[in-house]
Amino acid sequence: MNILKVFLIMFLSIVFFELKADEKNDEFKNKILKNIRCLICQGQSVYDSESDFASSIKLIVDQKIDEEVSEEKIYEFLREKYGDWIIYDPKLKKNTYILWLLPILLFFLGGAILYKKISIINK
Amino acid sequence: MKNKLSLIILFIFLIFCFIIFYKGLNNSNIYTPKTSGEKNIPIFKAKDFNSNILIDSEKIFKKNDYYIVNIWASWCVPCRNEHPLLMELSKIKSVKLIGLNYKDNSNNAKNFISELGNPYSQILIDKDGILAVEFGAYGVPETFIIGKNKKIIKKFLGPINQKIFDEIKLIIK
Repeated sequence: MNILKVFLIMFLSIVFFELKADEKNDEFKNKILKNIRCLICQGQSVYDSESDFASSIKLIVDQKIDEEVSEEKIYEFLREKYGDWIIYDPKLKKNTYILWLLPILLFFLGGAILYKKISIINK
Repeated sequence: MKNKLSLIILFIFLIFCFIIFYKGLNNSNIYTPKTSGEKNIPIFKAKDFNSNILIDSEKIFKKNDYYIVNIWASWCVPCRNEHPLLMELSKIKSVKLIGLNYKDNSNNAKNFISELGNPYSQILIDKDGILAVEFGAYGVPETFIIGKNKKIIKKFLGPINQKIFDEIKLIIK
């Protein structure tokens, strides 16, 4: 009877850990799919899209995850095939400098204006 | 004087914004991947349409030959429209046509070929669309020109028309 209990606990814990691992894998896969833009239903991510293109991309991402390809390498593969636009999160490079730096510049400019105004009022 | 200067700066800024938005309104917001520029051909294994044997891409594309890879499916209406031009292209001896049968039912695909003719020297099966993604395609039909250096030198989105046909002939001349 005791042996049966031990086996039952072992079996349940294996099932539990496998489920947990699957859940983690799905989360990782969904994170990647949500960052890929569907080229057919533009404005939708591959995760949300039901197009033929999206279903092929889902299969490819699945395959790459199984092959233990890193997230960045998956994005690189897709960028090489379809250009930067396919990824929602643009990389910091020559033609995206303005995109990344302009908000920071505007933030500091706004801060400087605000600081000046406040110091004038305080005077 | 100071107020005048800030007004001028504000005015220039507004004009700058107006030009940016006006230009943006005229731009198409539908993205299409680049169709020119050399790209490496993918390395893959695919099943042959007739024999069902797994073939290595290295054995399909050889140096010093032009290849046209055409993605098609029997359910795709524009593929039917471009087919007569593909038949014409198949008569040119300096080029080999490779068909990529995309997410298709094999019986329907066989009927399509027997009804309209077979312009392809080889047809590969792409059951789940992975091969099309490897080529950088996102729809059907799409056509890729592979140069003598074994690189994709040009890609055509959508069906081949007379203009594209003439352009292909110029490339492979």
